[in-house]
Amino acid sequence: MSAIVNDQVINGKANLDVFSSTLQELAQSDRNILAVTSDSRGSGKLVPFGQKFPEQIIEIGIAEQNLVGVSAGLASAGKKVFAVSPACFLTARALEQIKNDVAYSDNPVKLIGISAGVSYGALGSTHHSLHDYAVLRAINNLIVVAPADNFETEQAIKLAAKLDKPIYIRFGKKPMPLLTNDESVAFEFGKGRVIAEGTDIALIATGETVYPALQAASILRDIHNINATVISMHTIKPLDVNLLKQVADTTRAIITVEEHSVYGGLGEACASFLLQKGHKKPFKILGIPDEYTVTGSQADILGHYNISEQGIAKTALELLNSK
Amino acid sequence: MNERELAIKSNIYRQRILKYIVGANAGHTGGSLSCIDILNVLYNYVLNVDPKNFGSPDRDRYIQSKGHCVEALFVVLADKGFFPESDLNTLCKYKSHYIGHPTRKVHGVEQNTGALGHGLPISVGTALAAKLDKKKFKVYTLLGDGELPEGSNWEAALTAAHYKLDNLCAIIDKNSLQITGSTADVCNTEPIDEKFESFGWAVQHVNGHSIKELKQAFGMLPLVKGKPNLIIAHTVKGNGVSFMENQVKWHHGVPDKVQYADAIKELESALSILR
Repeated sequence: MSAIVNDQVINGKANLDVFSSTLQELAQSDRNILAVTSDSRGSGKLVPFGQKFPEQIIEIGIAEQNLVGVSAGLASAGKKVFAVSPACFLTARALEQIKNDVAYSDNPVKLIGISAGVSYGALGSTHHSLHDYAVLRAINNLIVVAPADNFETEQAIKLAAKLDKPIYIRFGKKPMPLLTNDESVAFEFGKGRVIAEGTDIALIATGETVYPALQAASILRDIHNINATVISMHTIKPLDVNLLKQVADTTRAIITVEEHSVYGGLGEACASFLLQKGHKKPFKILGIPDEYTVTGSQADILGHYNISEQGIAKTALELLNSK
Repeated sequence: MNERELAIKSNIYRQRILKYIVGANAGHTGGSLSCIDILNVLYNYVLNVDPKNFGSPDRDRYIQSKGHCVEALFVVLADKGFFPESDLNTLCKYKSHYIGHPTRKVHGVEQNTGALGHGLPISVGTALAAKLDKKKFKVYTLLGDGELPEGSNWEAALTAAHYKLDNLCAIIDKNSLQITGSTADVCNTEPIDEKFESFGWAVQHVNGHSIKELKQAFGMLPLVKGKPNLIIAHTVKGNGVSFMENQVKWHHGVPDKVQYADAIKELESALSILR
């Protein structure tokens, strides 16, 4: 897929594909790297991994609780375990195993939620994960990450492999253009990345919603002469509160964007911090509202709820005019 | 340690379990007394685990799925020198690591357990890691019969057989009672042996209070090469204190002063015969 970002045409792969190729690269030089799957090697793009490293893929079958419990046991014995399953099942069916066997017992499993958010679109709410940030934020000792583009995904997987702590990383399966070519904008867990700078409004987004936020910033700049800061807040927890405070101090309004319920995710995490710090500027959470989710493709659903280039730009104009 | 010496240990462990449950004014008395002979044989005869080698990747692993019977585990770990027994005076007290379920904050505890149906999947993963790394250590996990309805046990049972984990040994403390009443009445899981056998496990029944039978059963592992092992230990809830035996109220009943004195008197009497 091609897309125009910062006036350049940039090709992008799905973050899922980058996860798969990065894991292969890691497994090549480290036999302790394991992919553990719940009949999900196909949807996790791990078929080539399994062919190349048959000793390093563990198939559990469709049993997510067991997937996470077994992964905890493997990790406790020194394995670098990537437990891979659709985010909807991994973080709901196996929630108690995540809470107890991974986070509470401090077994450093890398929980990989694939096809997250509404990636499965028309398959319906059984296959959507709009709750994962909320429930996992409330669990102690768990880092929660949603990489935005191929670069962030590769970095997140490589850093997770070295990390001796429990972590959850979720992403989707649609092609994602690079947010920036500026390699000085480094990736580090717990540190948001500033993709664009402006003083009128801040668009703080996470995961694959950072890209439409960046597109919206172009519309605001080119058509409305409004300059937006765009942040990739890839780590939902721990939240980069220093960056958040700095952005709040230097812009007139804030919009958060996420492919998640408006309850308990990035938006409420930011709101909680800012309110307790006395922030009083206009603030809006863009996410999926608490209703029976509209049916349709991923693009249909995100467009319906204004989690899109046009929707974010429109929301920004409304928010700035509401003062 | 011979059988008589181990039997003496069990008696002393029972007295200590009661002492610390009374001190904490909380605990799972009946189940701790039903599983203590199993833990005694594991830690004093079977497991290659001690405070010095606890960091070694080659140590055997013991994971207590029925985490609520933590008093039995703590008493044995203290006796093995993992921490001073006097630490148990803080059991369930403010800011103590010695809480009502095992946590890794306590030296010697492998996994934080307490929610039921978790020990077996973690043990399967640990045993699988041993197989992948061609290590010789074995993994033991203790389940209560009351936790068998948790579906995660059966998911893990499938995986254990699928990967031929004959280095894994699950022990069921089959005391046949749970908080509501008879396990058979709450949710009948029988025949447990046939169920596990049909899942691809090798099964051995033992008297869970017979040091001799427990030693023999653990000495036979693997029961069948290439199959995970299940030892069904037939036990009595509250074993060793006659007025607690087979009484569901002692699931988490705490003895009062008189009951405690009576229990200790009975155990001391049994101890004098052993000695």
